[in-house]
Amino acid sequence: MLGVIPVGLFLMQHLVVNHFATGGEESFNNAAHFMEQLPFRYFLEIFIIFLPLLFHAIYGLYIAFTAKNNIGQYSHFRNWMFMLQRVSGVITLVFVAWHVWETRIAAAFGADVNFQMMETILSSPFMLWFYLIGVISTTFHFANGLWSFFVSWGITVTPRSQVISTYVTIGVFIALSIVGVRAILAFV
Amino acid sequence: MSDKKTVRFIISRQDTPDSAPYQEEFELDYRPNMNVISALMEIRRNPVNTKGEATTPIAWDMNCLEEVCGACSMVINGRPRQSCSALVDQLEQPIRLEPMRTFPVVRDLQVDRSRMFDSLKRVKAWVPIDGTYDLGPGPRMPEKKRQWAYELSKCMTCGVCLEACPNVNDKSDFIGPQSLSQVRLFNAHPTGALNKGERLETIMGDGGLANCGNSQNCVQSCPKGIPLTTSIAALNRDTTLQAFKNFFGSDQV
Repeated sequence: MLGVIPVGLFLMQHLVVNHFATGGEESFNNAAHFMEQLPFRYFLEIFIIFLPLLFHAIYGLYIAFTAKNNIGQYSHFRNWMFMLQRVSGVITLVFVAWHVWETRIAAAFGADVNFQMMETILSSPFMLWFYLIGVISTTFHFANGLWSFFVSWGITVTPRSQVISTYVTIGVFIALSIVGVRAILAFV
Repeated sequence: MSDKKTVRFIISRQDTPDSAPYQEEFELDYRPNMNVISALMEIRRNPVNTKGEATTPIAWDMNCLEEVCGACSMVINGRPRQSCSALVDQLEQPIRLEPMRTFPVVRDLQVDRSRMFDSLKRVKAWVPIDGTYDLGPGPRMPEKKRQWAYELSKCMTCGVCLEACPNVNDKSDFIGPQSLSQVRLFNAHPTGALNKGERLETIMGDGGLANCGNSQNCVQSCPKGIPLTTSIAALNRDTTLQAFKNFFGSDQV
């Protein structure tokens, strides 16, 4: 619930704002500036982003490390997704922690978050790959999490509805990955 | 190779619940239509391993010998299943036998499946009709629904779904797919439904529905083909509605 409603919505908003980078430096800076100027910014950040994200991350780590994965014996699609959801969760957490440190916390210490900052970060090939893997792992975790959300809240009950939901969430994964990757490549 | 066909077994053994497991190999003469249990009985008749050493007979559980009691479940070539219906002709050799380690091992291939029976008690997987006077006949159930419910009632508490589930292990208190599906069965019964809310409240708590990680191994491995993941998803819907009822409703009945 926390993963989809506040954090998932924030993720989509963030990827869309990033996508302004494909329109050039000025377009990205204007969009980022608009977000910085939102009223009640700290309130929005704390209650829509940081608190739900922290809860989701800590509880998620506990769940991920309680599981005993058994892909070896059961190699069907859903069990793979189960394992990948946990792996992508951990990768996403490492990526998000680093990303928040590098941008939002740096901003709190006075750095200006703009096109140039991202350009500098992504000029290193290692960071470029780190960001690409991080973003794709995040969109996967979100799309597959959306599938589980529909099951956990009793929306998709029958096997048929769960199959269709798989196709829909694969579509969400591909679409968001394109938006995210295009934004990254715009800085290179 | 000798002209006589043989069957080789690698069996994981353990002398006491706390001692370290070890492996022992056995080789038997092939007979047509052998199953894993008949092979274990053959070993019991003459417990000598491939090194020619005399050893103790292997301990395992069994009862009905027709895949309806669930007692003889064990891990055969990596997959949990009933040893009575595991035919030697259909298995790759050497045949590896291990206990279902999700449960406490009692000895060799014998495990203690109590946690499932405890879960059934926790979720009240029965229709309460005991009392001091005759309650009379209950409401009738439509035939179509009865046929549907019969599929859920085929569960024999064998433990295969718990063994297959990545979220059932010694670190978690998840009750597992088996008792969750029984909640759906008894909530669907016209008289059992009188305690529907009570059962849903239980599985909304610790070790309940929320522990399911949707790996769907249970439905892939159930020897009775019970639609376990459909049961879990249907219960997710019921508990969502129950949560709304608890929060916004005027009372909790």
